[in-house]
Amino acid sequence: MNTAPVKSFDDSTNVRVAEANNPSSSVVHFPDSEPLRLACDQLLAPISIAYQTYGELNADKSNAILICHTLTGDQYVASVHPMTKKPGWWETLVGPGKPIDTDRFFVICPNILGSCMGSTGPASIDPKTGRPYALNFPVVTIGDMVNAQVRLIDHLGIDQLFCILGGSMGGMQVLEWASSHTERAYSAVPIATAAWHSPQNIAFHEVGRQAVMADPDWCAGDYHLHQKVPRNGLAVARMAAHITYLSEEALHHRFGRSLQRGSELTFSFNADFQVESYLRHQGSTFVDRFDANSYLYITRAMDYFDLEAEHGDVLANAFRGTKTRFLVVSFTSDWLYPTRESREIVRALNAVAANVSFVEIETDSGHDSFLLDEPEFFATVRGFLNAAGVKRGLST
Amino acid sequence: MLKLSNPPHSAHRADHLLIAEMVEPGTRVLDVGCGDGELLQLLAQTKSVDGRGVELSRERVNACVTRGLSVIQGDADVDLDDYPDQAFDYAILSLTIQATRYPQKVLENLLRIGRQAIVSFPNFGHWRIRTQLLFTGRMPQTENLPEPWHMSPDSHLCTIKDFADLVALVDAKVEAAVAFNSWGRRLPIRRSLSLQNLFGVKAVFVLRKRNGG
Repeated sequence: MNTAPVKSFDDSTNVRVAEANNPSSSVVHFPDSEPLRLACDQLLAPISIAYQTYGELNADKSNAILICHTLTGDQYVASVHPMTKKPGWWETLVGPGKPIDTDRFFVICPNILGSCMGSTGPASIDPKTGRPYALNFPVVTIGDMVNAQVRLIDHLGIDQLFCILGGSMGGMQVLEWASSHTERAYSAVPIATAAWHSPQNIAFHEVGRQAVMADPDWCAGDYHLHQKVPRNGLAVARMAAHITYLSEEALHHRFGRSLQRGSELTFSFNADFQVESYLRHQGSTFVDRFDANSYLYITRAMDYFDLEAEHGDVLANAFRGTKTRFLVVSFTSDWLYPTRESREIVRALNAVAANVSFVEIETDSGHDSFLLDEPEFFATVRGFLNAAGVKRGLST
Repeated sequence: MLKLSNPPHSAHRADHLLIAEMVEPGTRVLDVGCGDGELLQLLAQTKSVDGRGVELSRERVNACVTRGLSVIQGDADVDLDDYPDQAFDYAILSLTIQATRYPQKVLENLLRIGRQAIVSFPNFGHWRIRTQLLFTGRMPQTENLPEPWHMSPDSHLCTIKDFADLVALVDAKVEAAVAFNSWGRRLPIRRSLSLQNLFGVKAVFVLRKRNGG
């Protein structure tokens, strides 16, 4: 079990609010004069995009890799998280000598629009009111997040990214990039993702949102003003979501029906079972690091994602004329983004004769597999990037 | 015109070497049933092709991608439908057609996807197979067909003559055809098929759709 330092209610909240507005990472600000037109037709300004970089950009700026993070992820892909003090969430994949080798590549990981780690989102202070946006923040889409990332890449002076890579919602961003900005993506690696959010996934998200909104401490979104945090609601949302990231086999292997303390049932509603205790821990630590309104907004963005509908109900149209090299990855035990949804992406890419590789990795770890130590997954990513690097003329 | 002289000894499969000779440099190639990617790699190295592969076995696909090849996990019977017409210069089906469920449909798809289709297959008409069946009364097992009947993925084995009939049925034109004897020597297939059907252990056909293409 994890032994994160127990912080007082106020400390963790204060740190979280501070990170939302003054992140520990790099951040670029776009002023009122450079608003972002959102899918909902609203203009958003000013905008901040917080990001981390690793490695060195080469002279011709051809070795940049953009990593797109997940729903509750952040820019600290390969560095210590400022709040949890845990190592980067993808240090297994990203770092010197790793499959995404920071000795070779310049890795950029931005915090997404709508999140709470320094990029503009509902926890950011609205300069017009001096208060957090909360529910005054516009509903943003995956396309909006990508458009904000485009601003960052422009700001860094990079024409074409060598690779855009991400899992789950990060994969949705990869697909959006490859569809809307294909000329800026030399290669793309959508992992454990889908071209549209399935009704089952929307349903799970709705459970999470309802849990948050049912918490009286949510205060119709204005919990910051009332100095409250909808801890219970957000923790329940996280617990439900966390189950979907695992698999039945994984839960069985890891916990079985093992009891928490001793080996006796307590005949109460305490966390008798280890799996209950694990989920409660996941819920409570999540609340310390994540903003409840951000959770609502980002899950909504995922629900709205439908690359197929945006292209006349023909997914292949999203990729027509693409020159991007693709590697699509799925995992056998991922029931949240099952292999057949990756296969749909592959099918659409084949229909436009795109350059696509597709691997399904055998594992029983569920959706979260892409964040875990999966040697076969690492080997394919490494092989794909090496081959693409040779084609792109990058030094090995 | 196809060169029929035999190349010097090589680590590569005889049919792969023949295909590598026939493929024009810098072309787009789809290798259906690409296995561990040996042919794709050979074509990339010797002909700088823009190569793609389709392979049924997950382990082999992952091995291919790890080697830097563009390969997807897929099924020739199902996944070829997705490819657009004439998307490739060559659609190659290497020792796989006998393991497909619908060989005619697969062949038609190859002729549609590629300007040319290159198909290789084990020849069930080889004399050793004929004599095995004749004298043992059991399903033959050879170097190219190693599994016993109940383990074999090959549900649609054929002879060179049978394949020529299928070619006629789908209205394709044979641009070239070569059989290989058991020492890997090339036996050009001309008008009469009988001799090659007896002495060829496998054959390679280069086909093109008769109307258009």
